[in-house]
Amino acid sequence: MIRINCPYCGERDHSEFSYGGDATINYPSLDASEKEWTEAIFFRKNIKGFQFETWHHSNGCRMWLVVERSTITHEIKSVKPCHPDLQKVVKNNK
Amino acid sequence: MKTRRIDNYGKINRDKILSFRWDKKNYKGFEGDTLASALLANNIGIVGRSFKYHRPRGIFSSGVEESGALVTIGSKDRRDPNVRATTQELYNGLEASGQNAFPNVNFDLAGINNYLGRFFAAGFYYKTFIGIPPLEWGKGTAIWMFFEKFIRKAAGMGSASGLPDPDTYEHAHDFCDLIVVGSGPAGVAAAIEAAEKKLDVILVEQDSLIGGNQLAENDFDNSQIKNQLENLGIKIMTRTTAFGLYDNCVVGLLERVTDHISAPNVNMPRQRFWTIRAKHIIVGAGAIERHIAFNNNDIPGVMTVNASKHYLNRYGVLTGKRIVIATNNDSVYETANQLSEAGANVTVLDSRTNLEIETNKSFEIRKGYVPYNINGSKKIDSLDISKSETINKSETINCDQVLLSGGWSPAVHLLSHRGVKPKWDYNNACFLPSDTKENITIVGSSRGLWNKNDCIASGIAGTTDALNRLGLSKTNYFFPKPGGWKNPIQPLYEVKYKKSRSKSFVDYQHDVTTDDVRLAHREGFISVEHLKRYTTLGMANDQGKMGNIIGLSLMAELLNKEIPEVGTTVFRPPYTPVSIGALSGRNVGKHFRPLRVTPMHQWNIDHGAKMIEVGLYQRPWYYPKENETLSDSYIREASTVRKTVGICDVTSLGKIAIQGPGSTEFLNRIYSNGFSKLQVGKARYGIMLRDDGIVMDDGTSWRLAENEYFMTTSTGEAAKVMSWLEELLQTRWTDLNVNVTSVSEQWAGVSVAGPKSREVLNNCVDDSMVITNNNLPFMGVTSTFLKGNIPCRIARISFSGELAFEVYVKSDFANTMMDLLWENAKKYDGCLYGLEALGALRVEKGHVTAAELDGRVTIDDAGLSKMASTKKSYIGSAMRKRGVLKNNDREILVGFFPTNLKETFNAGTIVCEKNNIKGQGIGRITSVTYSPELGHWIGLGFVKGGLDKWKDTNLVGADPVRNKQMNLKVVSPHMIDPKGERMYA
Ligand SMILES: [Zn+2]
Repeated sequence: MIRINCPYCGERDHSEFSYGGDATINYPSLDASEKEWTEAIFFRKNIKGFQFETWHHSNGCRMWLVVERSTITHEIKSVKPCHPDLQKVVKNNK
Repeated sequence: MKTRRIDNYGKINRDKILSFRWDKKNYKGFEGDTLASALLANNIGIVGRSFKYHRPRGIFSSGVEESGALVTIGSKDRRDPNVRATTQELYNGLEASGQNAFPNVNFDLAGINNYLGRFFAAGFYYKTFIGIPPLEWGKGTAIWMFFEKFIRKAAGMGSASGLPDPDTYEHAHDFCDLIVVGSGPAGVAAAIEAAEKKLDVILVEQDSLIGGNQLAENDFDNSQIKNQLENLGIKIMTRTTAFGLYDNCVVGLLERVTDHISAPNVNMPRQRFWTIRAKHIIVGAGAIERHIAFNNNDIPGVMTVNASKHYLNRYGVLTGKRIVIATNNDSVYETANQLSEAGANVTVLDSRTNLEIETNKSFEIRKGYVPYNINGSKKIDSLDISKSETINKSETINCDQVLLSGGWSPAVHLLSHRGVKPKWDYNNACFLPSDTKENITIVGSSRGLWNKNDCIASGIAGTTDALNRLGLSKTNYFFPKPGGWKNPIQPLYEVKYKKSRSKSFVDYQHDVTTDDVRLAHREGFISVEHLKRYTTLGMANDQGKMGNIIGLSLMAELLNKEIPEVGTTVFRPPYTPVSIGALSGRNVGKHFRPLRVTPMHQWNIDHGAKMIEVGLYQRPWYYPKENETLSDSYIREASTVRKTVGICDVTSLGKIAIQGPGSTEFLNRIYSNGFSKLQVGKARYGIMLRDDGIVMDDGTSWRLAENEYFMTTSTGEAAKVMSWLEELLQTRWTDLNVNVTSVSEQWAGVSVAGPKSREVLNNCVDDSMVITNNNLPFMGVTSTFLKGNIPCRIARISFSGELAFEVYVKSDFANTMMDLLWENAKKYDGCLYGLEALGALRVEKGHVTAAELDGRVTIDDAGLSKMASTKKSYIGSAMRKRGVLKNNDREILVGFFPTNLKETFNAGTIVCEKNNIKGQGIGRITSVTYSPELGHWIGLGFVKGGLDKWKDTNLVGADPVRNKQMNLKVVSPHMIDPKGERMYA
């Protein structure tokens, strides 16, 4: 069972988090075409191995995280904040 | 009845006699007995009837692999079916009975199924009911219904009590460096080695005693081992099964806390469900002895050899007098010695012709012989044996017991849970665990080691492996080679005797015979997974612990392949059954989910509210006066709101503070309607779409200041909207300077609605000038004070369609606010109103809630097209008109009246055209109420094409679930005051 090392709270049980989705999508601008939006929200790769996905520390600090997780073993290779400014803060604190 | 208990044997406590009941008769056993050993001691041979054929069945084993002695323990609401008698400890007053038999296991009327075997062969269900539903609806339903009752009754196991479980169960968590599963010589050696190296160790044992299969030895005493483990600080958990391994070194345990106690302390849980997080797992789960398939190999009196040794040395029960042991390996000879020393007449049939064995010579060894048929039905009369090369009638031995050992299967189950496939070992005729990169090490006979010293060495090596992998040492180690018998095993899975029509069982518990496996092969079900599903081999609650390999070997033979080419089925958790009670733990009844109450919860109850659950929230449902029913009450409440004034607790709405310079831009992007021009001091109703263009939620946002908004969401979607806003700000629009904070619990809110609402509020606010129509027009917002210097926010928002205000105070002031408002509302003959009246008022107005916005509805479907801005882009704007969403036959929000105004209808009713009442119809009713204003029932819902298409047509409301049907007409959803004149008053 997964434990995620939240950059703010530390290592916590997966029951504190909610799964988000694919963290690699670049969402198009709001005025982009239906086609671009269709690509962004309906088409997903079915990755066997490590993938980047978003998780929300919903029962914790409420931070959205990018988690690099293996879909086979659940091994987690890296965790970082989604927000680039928070990424910088975390890096500077290390 | 003579006892089979013999003196000077066993580790039971003969000073402590226990009484128990079996099939309504009284018996006695001793402390330390299992139910199985006590039944055997009392000479009870038949303990159950088999799954399909109702054949008499006895006790096959002494452990978790048991597939015959499944019994029902306890009575009434504590009745527990399908309990293995072999692992149920005896206690004083235990009540047990046999299963799947009427009137009892000795005389079972359904035993006739045994002679109708061809109807119950593999695939019976599939073949018999081809052409019957769901394939041909309407034709065969009755046939299936008719047969199903009989089939379900005829084939099956014990039945559940059908009553609520009176026991409690706990969930518990623990952490350790190393968890060792199994307390045999390997597990104990591993645990001691690890504790000496300063690891924090948990040792888990499913039995009540530690020792593993050593408990079957006559000279074994575990007290010294126990002391040593305890002195090293090892946490020993007995009566605890490691039922599953999960990722990241998580082990699931089931601890049976009181299942062995006759009158447990009521404060104790019955069972505890443990989640253990370890850094490393060592599995020393042992091995399971297999039987051999041949004719009538299920007659009571058949048992594994090791089980008989257990009963002799642990429980002092000699299971037979004239015993024949059939084997293909060396493991049986110590048992043969001991059984014959204990007074049994023993004959060993060894399928091997060349072997060297040292024995005490007190029994005969028939080399090169195998059993091929048991004579007898409820007990063994004799055994037909033959030379192993060609099976021919050669000899019949009179005997009362046949002990079988077809080899040993290492318990690879736990590793299989991790997706690690075992590998076949030809030398030892068994599957062995493969290596894994995860921190799991297998030790002892689970890795095919058959003697004790090798097991101990493997335990120490296992701990060294663990220490190395944890980076705590760099020590070389090696595991002993699998095996350990002097003479090699000779594979023997089935003894075929073609002349007989008797049954030869592979899987006792599901009554799968060798013929069933051959039938599956003939019919093309040759993959292991298909074989399993077609014959149900290995799908009973023992998961084929004894029979799986026999089934595989038969299929391998039929396919002319080797066993590893045929494959093995994947074992999945749990290793042994886990009760539903243990899985749910304390999360039952009121504790099933958290309960949320508003700050004026008690105030509401004190003022007569009946409560209802909305999501997690308890909300006032209605406030009955004296003898009022629900419908009396809500009709009065709704009428009062329209006539004078009503007060309703709306605290459960989600509330979010939105702050920062980007707030306006943020709202403008997430709502479908424009927010850029909303002035400070004004509120706006808004709709949020999902990325895919479907409506997510609706609510209001109040502009409190230039860069500050107060957003309300629906009760049910509050958490989702909050996460969504955070996601957008943290992942997509990271340049927007906006902060969102949930303030749902910080503010208590009420709606004050009705023509007299302003007058009531005039008496409640410090300065009544702030709420005049000029100063607080429709959708106006103000921050002011209630009397008593209570800061509050007031917005002129109406859900009921009347002149109405929402008033929010900090939660601590909730009761004070309620007292103040209620005192003044009473002066105008006002009322308190609940959710039912609120629903009536909003349905009359055609306002949508979660019943309509169900995640399939677009803005246009909800009739709110004017809420979709054409001057800006927003979340969902690109997608809301995609593909099917622009079809013109989509279901559109409408109102419904019964044609005959005296009729009623229900939500869920399917709307159909008059001569076409079937399927999904052309629409559905989502909300209904009696309308006090209109004086009849009304509904909201959807219909294809909307009002324009159907306004003059008579439609039918079909409600087959409730056996109702009524004529309907479609009306505008805005059923009263369509222009909203009352709200603007
Ligand atoms: Zn956190």
